[in-house]
Amino acid sequence: MIRVTRKVEFSAAHYYHNPAFSAEENRRVFGKCSNLHGHGHNYVLEVTVAGEPDPATGMVLDLKELKDILQREIVDRMDHRHLNHEVPELAGKIPTCENLAAVIWNLLEPKVRQGKLDRVRIYESPDLFADCTADANGAGAGAHGNRA
Amino acid sequence: MSAPLKLSLTRRYRFAASHRLHNASFSEEENARIYGKCANPHGHGHNYIVEVTVAGPVDPATGMIANLGELDPFVEREVIEAFDHKNLNDEIPAFRAEVPTTENVCREIYRRLRPFPAARLERVRIEETSNNSFEFAG
Repeated sequence: MIRVTRKVEFSAAHYYHNPAFSAEENRRVFGKCSNLHGHGHNYVLEVTVAGEPDPATGMVLDLKELKDILQREIVDRMDHRHLNHEVPELAGKIPTCENLAAVIWNLLEPKVRQGKLDRVRIYESPDLFADCTADANGAGAGAHGNRA
Repeated sequence: MSAPLKLSLTRRYRFAASHRLHNASFSEEENARIYGKCANPHGHGHNYIVEVTVAGPVDPATGMIANLGELDPFVEREVIEAFDHKNLNDEIPAFRAEVPTTENVCREIYRRLRPFPAARLERVRIEETSNNSFEFAG
């Protein structure tokens, strides 16, 4: 099996706020990220697709098609947007990189038709990233794509 | 309905330290042959990058596997304070008996971080230089 990874970048704003918490709790749990004016990141998204290369083309998938999927499904949706207010898939969720990874997985998984989506890695900064993969054991993380 | 997903969170930390690769039970000639320049008795150093990966359920209230407000001080206290600007051979007790190769540094850091209470430690990956990296997942 071969894994192919494509990288794309987008910039977006967010903040962390749970309406069920008091203002004091929001500050304690989320720290600087709780500032309701928001802040932003240059996100780097790495999408890995796994499969066997087609003997005729030598390719697992057409990277141009993956590039178009990433542009349409992720960049057009999230680039220069406010993740709390403008991305319906994140509605009701704290836009952490964990939740973002799961949302991106669920947007991409049905669109990848050549090969299989293997991993979504989203960097919020060069020193912080989340990975989302299919749970091979079916139990592990307890995170489901459509979990509220 | 999608299949269950597995999520992990990785944070990168840095420390600078010196070490020397040398096994007292080898002859000087053997040490020189096995460890090459790394056996220099005066030691040498690296800017190490440590990637700490934790996995587990995402708390719906916070959207987090682990709060960096807890992970950062834990790693700082258990690893960075002990390793940064230190001589690994002389100042980390585990390396009185073990050679401080980055394989062994990975295992030592994993041992120190394993008790992190808020999430399951999944992996420790260390870049000794930008060309060499090592991983330990227990």
